[in-house]
Amino acid sequence: MIASIPPGLIMIVGAVLVPFLPSRVRGAYMLALPLIGIWQLFSLDPGSYGQMTLFGFDLVHVRIDKLSIIFGAIFYIAAILGIIYALHNDDRTEQTASLAYMGAAIGATFAGDLITLFVYWELTAVTSVFIVWAGKTERSYQAGMRYLIIQVLSGVLLAAGAVVLAKETGSFAFDFIGIESLGGWLILAAFGIKCAFPLLHNWLQDSYPEASPTGTVFLSAFTTKLAVYALARGYPGTEMLIWIGIVMSAWPIFYAVIENDLRRVLAYSLNNQLGFMVAGVGIGTELAINGAASHAFAHILYKALLLMSMGAVLHRTGTAKGSELGGLYRTMPWTTGFCVVGAAAASAFPLFSGFVTKTMILTAAAAEGHLVPYLVLLFSSAAVFYHSGIKIPYFAFFAQDSGKRPDEAPPNMLVAMGLAAALCVGIGVYPDPLYAMLPFPVTYVPYTTEHVVSDLQLLMFSALAFAVLQRTGLYPKELRSTVLDFDWVYRRLGRDWTVFLAERTSNALKTIYADFGGMLNRVIDAVFHYHGPKGLLARTQEIGQATLVITVVLAIFLTAFYL
Amino acid sequence: MDDHLFHHPDRRAGGETPNWIDHPGNVRKIFWALAVVCAALLSLDLFLHKHDKFGFESLFGFFAFYGFALPFLLVLAAKQLRKIVMRDEDYYDR
Repeated sequence: MIASIPPGLIMIVGAVLVPFLPSRVRGAYMLALPLIGIWQLFSLDPGSYGQMTLFGFDLVHVRIDKLSIIFGAIFYIAAILGIIYALHNDDRTEQTASLAYMGAAIGATFAGDLITLFVYWELTAVTSVFIVWAGKTERSYQAGMRYLIIQVLSGVLLAAGAVVLAKETGSFAFDFIGIESLGGWLILAAFGIKCAFPLLHNWLQDSYPEASPTGTVFLSAFTTKLAVYALARGYPGTEMLIWIGIVMSAWPIFYAVIENDLRRVLAYSLNNQLGFMVAGVGIGTELAINGAASHAFAHILYKALLLMSMGAVLHRTGTAKGSELGGLYRTMPWTTGFCVVGAAAASAFPLFSGFVTKTMILTAAAAEGHLVPYLVLLFSSAAVFYHSGIKIPYFAFFAQDSGKRPDEAPPNMLVAMGLAAALCVGIGVYPDPLYAMLPFPVTYVPYTTEHVVSDLQLLMFSALAFAVLQRTGLYPKELRSTVLDFDWVYRRLGRDWTVFLAERTSNALKTIYADFGGMLNRVIDAVFHYHGPKGLLARTQEIGQATLVITVVLAIFLTAFYL
Repeated sequence: MDDHLFHHPDRRAGGETPNWIDHPGNVRKIFWALAVVCAALLSLDLFLHKHDKFGFESLFGFFAFYGFALPFLLVLAAKQLRKIVMRDEDYYDR
């Protein structure tokens, strides 16, 4: 029976019950759903399920193959970790929305056609905005509004692209799409928004850091990696993606260095890691697609771990700003330790998960002779160590003593961080089970002397550069600030222009109204003059006067006839 | 400008025991240990033959130089970027 339920739907339908359950059993209930889901996923054989025909088009609700399984599996794992991390939280809105959101992302991963994909795609948007709003601040409300507009726009583009594409090809199948047609471009734009392509990226850094400590962990795993999956499905080997990917991998780093909110630093770093995956999809060889898929897998875990550690800091101290933190290792040693593990995994240190996945993409770039992409990705690798590897743990837990002595994170948070950290190390030490799940057979060997030595040289010298900059005082201090990004265009420039135009329009309308009113008044005055109570044509006459006028007229007629 | 940087009066006066890492001398030790590790890694290039894909990876100290120089320049460039894009914390709330 359970085999006939589409993956993801268990969690979406299950979410409906959440608000009605007492808080004692709600956590266990929520945790049970993804556990059932992952068991169901691995009990299904690869193939297509839930086929139906709608208006003459074949729809495939569920398609299970190696590419969808690896993304589906990591989504379920992220759901389990996120739910454990949020067990102390009793916010029904966030709990319901997060379950439905995660279910929708999983459903989208297994969609075999563009219509099914569209339905789940939009569902991720409208459910996740409640997670942003669950931050319950004015800022989160406004960021959520901007987020919703942009996410729904992505869905609209997807729907439009699917229709155009179906007109061209006669099918809604979600397979290789490519950029040969208008439909392909529209769908690429839809995927690009959710994947946070350069200039389409600001919703991510805008909204994620405004959610609650637990909400950000849920958000970080799904939307963007769903987009990476969709790109890997629809646009492998599209060369343009290599260049988009390397811009994504490098540009956010500059912002990550100067941003003060450490969760926003992680959002920039998330964007930068997506760049590696997009570049991998663009390269499109078997090694590169394996690299993109495995890096998404590893990235979800270490990014969630880093955001969990910053969430714990925010939960305990009320802030995640570098300028307010420092020295927390004294009273939050476990969180510090888990954060350092996440930082090492993100930086791709040997024996941690990032090393066995990200180096695949770099090796694929080199193997195909992409010189500039290789050099940019290498730069980004060295720089990741800066913002994810050093900046996050250093400014939160070490650096100057902030005087804050918060309690250690709640036990459920520590369990979730511990599990994520164990997976980060486990994948790094023994990557074979992950490699076995990848879309293509793996011949890549991560642990060669050359790889390890080159990687360590890159990272340790990067650390040395940080140390030199710190000791010489050249490293920029963490300052309370807002850092303007491209969203300034619509949050300030667009707003100011709209206000300016609205003022001008309203002034113009006032003038027109006044002029028009003046003309109207003159007409009314003229009418009033002749037809008003004292007007010539409205004067009341005495009856005798009227008789006299009639008599005179008759006399004139009579005289005229007799003559 | 510096008022928010917490130069905190020592909590240890209140009975907290100082940790090893809290001594400035030990931070200096960590720095020099890192420098020694870097030198050792660099010296490996003398013995290790690296495969060339582009013709420069096997140059002595390429990854070390790249790893040091580019992040160094990144930070200096990001500092300049601050002059253009940094605003007050409540910039968007006004």
